[in-house]
Amino acid sequence: MNAGVITDSMNRDFVLAVEGLTVSFDGFKAVNDLSFYVDENEIRVIIGPNGAGKTTVLDLICGRTRATTGSIRFKERELTKMKEHEIVRAGVGRKFQNPSIYEDLTVFENLEISYPKGRTVVGALTFRRDGPVKERVQEIAETIFLADQLDQRAEYLSHGQKQWLEIGMLLIQDPELLMLDEPVAGMSVSERKKTAELLNTIIKNRSVIVIEHDMKFVEDIAHKVTVLHQGKILSEGSMAKVQADPKVIEVYLGH
Amino acid sequence: MFADYSLAELGSIFVMQGFAGLILFSVFVLMALGLAIIFGQMGVINMAHGEFMILGAYVTYFTSQFFLHFLPSLFNIYFFVAMILAFFASGALGMAVEWLMIRRLYKRPLDTLLATWGLSLILQQVYRSVFGPREVGVELPNWMMGSLALTDTIEVQINGLFVMGLTIAITIAVALLMYKSAWGKQVRAVVQNRVMAGAVGINTEKIDRNTFGLGCGIAGVAGSAFTMIGSTGPTSGQLYIVDTFLVVVFGGAQSLLGTIASAFTISQAQSTMEFFLSGSMAKVLTLLGVVIILMLRPQGLFVIKVRR
Amino acid sequence: MTIPAPKSGRTFFLRPQDLIGIIVLAILLLVVLPLALDNFRLQFVGKYLTYAFVALGLVLCWGYAGILSLGQGVFFGLGGYCMAMYLKLEASSVENTKIQSTPGIPDFMDWNQITSLPWFWEPFRSFGFTTLAVVVVPALFALILGYALFKRRVGGVYFAIITQALAAIMTILIVGQQGYTGGINGITDLRSLHGWDIRTDSAKTILYFVCVGLLLGCILLAYYVKSSKLGRILVAMRDKEDRVRFSGYDVSSFKIFVFCLAASLSAIGGAMFTLQVGFMSPSFVGIVPSIEMVIYTAVGGRLSILGAIYGTLLVNWAKTSFSESFPELWLFGLGGLFIAVVLIFPNGLAGLWQSYVAPRLGPLFGGAAKRRAAPPSASPPASGPVAPAAAE
Ligand SMILES: Nc1ncnc2c1ncn2[C@@H]1O[C@H](COP(=O)(O)OP(=O)(O)OP(=O)(O)O)[C@@H](O)[C@H]1O
Ligand SMILES: [Mg+2]
Repeated sequence: MNAGVITDSMNRDFVLAVEGLTVSFDGFKAVNDLSFYVDENEIRVIIGPNGAGKTTVLDLICGRTRATTGSIRFKERELTKMKEHEIVRAGVGRKFQNPSIYEDLTVFENLEISYPKGRTVVGALTFRRDGPVKERVQEIAETIFLADQLDQRAEYLSHGQKQWLEIGMLLIQDPELLMLDEPVAGMSVSERKKTAELLNTIIKNRSVIVIEHDMKFVEDIAHKVTVLHQGKILSEGSMAKVQADPKVIEVYLGH
Repeated sequence: MFADYSLAELGSIFVMQGFAGLILFSVFVLMALGLAIIFGQMGVINMAHGEFMILGAYVTYFTSQFFLHFLPSLFNIYFFVAMILAFFASGALGMAVEWLMIRRLYKRPLDTLLATWGLSLILQQVYRSVFGPREVGVELPNWMMGSLALTDTIEVQINGLFVMGLTIAITIAVALLMYKSAWGKQVRAVVQNRVMAGAVGINTEKIDRNTFGLGCGIAGVAGSAFTMIGSTGPTSGQLYIVDTFLVVVFGGAQSLLGTIASAFTISQAQSTMEFFLSGSMAKVLTLLGVVIILMLRPQGLFVIKVRR
Repeated sequence: MTIPAPKSGRTFFLRPQDLIGIIVLAILLLVVLPLALDNFRLQFVGKYLTYAFVALGLVLCWGYAGILSLGQGVFFGLGGYCMAMYLKLEASSVENTKIQSTPGIPDFMDWNQITSLPWFWEPFRSFGFTTLAVVVVPALFALILGYALFKRRVGGVYFAIITQALAAIMTILIVGQQGYTGGINGITDLRSLHGWDIRTDSAKTILYFVCVGLLLGCILLAYYVKSSKLGRILVAMRDKEDRVRFSGYDVSSFKIFVFCLAASLSAIGGAMFTLQVGFMSPSFVGIVPSIEMVIYTAVGGRLSILGAIYGTLLVNWAKTSFSESFPELWLFGLGGLFIAVVLIFPNGLAGLWQSYVAPRLGPLFGGAAKRRAAPPSASPPASGPVAPAAAE
């Protein structure tokens, strides 16, 4: 049904190639025969009404939910067979819908844990907080506007700052594919602007999948938009094209 | 180990051990029903559940004494009165405990475990101080004594049959209450979405208290049934708590049907093995089997898929 | 939790206040108590301290990683039985047991008509093997268990219940297999270690100091683990397991590690128990002792390494004095303790220290300036098992 959208996709090298992806929860197909492709350095935005299956798609890619059928290839590696931490180590980073940070730890420690070194038991026991680590943490903290808050316990950050911190935790991993689930949800207008700025700086040199409801924001950043509806692709293409699609207007933008 | 028995003997052994298993099954089911409601619906680990059961057993014992001394003519029916009293005694204690302790601990299941363990120690000591350390047993009315000979080699006890019948009746009643009544619907609503349930006008605190009380009340009834087949002492309840928890977990905490099936499996396995091995090895093998199956299938036998 | 100094970095794994705490404890255990108490009382303290090893393991496993094991008695017992087997074999020389129908095997085996030493007893003739086994056997057992459970993401109350069931199984097994284990009486009548009589007062005093030395070593180890990145990962995992997983960590391997570590620590305690008290029995293995060991940790403060030691000493001291004079009161006390420590001071003694004593002692003791007081128990955090304020 969405064959028309993907005809030209077969021969190119994609960072991420999702094909025939289906997941069923006790018979309910939250994602149904989904196929899409993400290019190098592309920013893809997924939109769709609540319950369309957007978060589930990210869950499937990062291994949190296991696909019933279908394949997810990331740089020629099949993700559906890999464990979560292996997927992360392969270069996929994911931000959750609700800010997911370690409230009991400081901002510094939050970032340090995400630093991609010492990820085994022995590695973690012998990990040293040396120069490069501190520099990198500092650098990331500046990017996410939290350089002054390094010693603050994360629990005391504002909602927006928590979102930034989680983005920073991904950034320090330097993933090739970054997946963000509603990064500006629940933010104030000024925070939203700052986040858009932040996203614009961090998306360089990597592919990004963003889920977002905020149309203004989507327009600002998207290279390509995929509209999900009931687990299937309703429409795909540039923002202008999608916005003009009568099917999309009917189910999503219309009301 | 089978070699010493003829086929017919083996058959009888299996039937009789099976029946003995059914009595164990009844106690498991009655204990586990209450526990499954409390754990499955509320996420609370009630380590004092055995003590709630024993309270019911004591109430039954004292009711039987009362009838024996003051209403001997009605002694035949004392059990039914005792059962109702046991339900309300344990239920009321349960509600008090919920109000004093449990309600502060929702969302901290491991802490409820520790706190209710403390409660169980206190209750044991209360029983010991008030009722004495001696184990007591009830006298059965005449109609419950004796046994029914099914064939030449197979005999079953009437009190055992009675307890089983009772178990089935209580199970059906609980199932109806949870799945058919308006109250059960409210309980399930609170379990699935506390905030939403509160928003549509369900008094979630009251539901919690009543659910906990119901679970404990059923434990009290279990205690009544328990007096038919065992003697009651301050620590009798503790002996069953681990088994019962395994029953609940093994069955998949959210499912009444699962609880019953798993109580059946565990009690039958244990009772059948008991005949051929020593009691302790039968118990070890049963528990070990359950633990190993739980390792392979951590969600228990019956699960509902829920979002993590 | 540590307050990092990102600019300067912390090179040594102990902060000044930790160091002071350890030194104070060392002085108390090595100098004050031996001088203040008679031999008899000191041996009691020595016995209590063997439980402190378990409590220490629980701080890491339960307090930091959020994994509540109700089967630590199993590991305590494994360590204790390993040591007891060695000592028993030494006590059962052919000469000592010539009145038996089979001389040279432990007396309880003879009573149970066993005529030759079971194969798994054989290696315990070697002291080297025994010492190794004390640490390795429980760790291996924990490894298998942890692997089976954590890889399948069994955690929380399920883990607690399964470990509790294991404690039950282990007791029934030990009691049931009298011929191999000594049954309900355990392995008793232990006499000497390499010919050195461990029943004399002087031997017991020496063993007390060995025990304290080992405990201090284990405390340092615990501090090292806590202050390493692994310690922070444990806390992070307790809080947001998924986030840790999606930061590229294999969460189960960390849980397995900390569970094995706790098992080995408990086992060292068990071995020291056998040495100091002179016997080992299933009454230290089952459900009841295992859960009591949890309360030592809880009373001390489940996040506090040193608190666990004081908690153990305090609860056991209370137990001994109460059950000597008012045995009925003790169960009320213990039960009340379980409830109080959950409802009223979830951070135990360490929490009280942090919020009432330390602030008055100035900045060296982790001064209060940057910390909140322990939160009221009525509003525990929604995630994580405990209010985090008294992290040290
Ligand atoms: N593990 C699961 N078990 C059962 N149902 C699930 C599970 N995960 C997701 N679902 C269902 O799949 C559907 C899609 O959910 P999903 O969270 O992906 O939607 P969404 O597009 O992200 O919505 P929102 O905009 O609200 O975030 C929902 O109906 C949800 O209830
Ligand atoms: Mg979503």
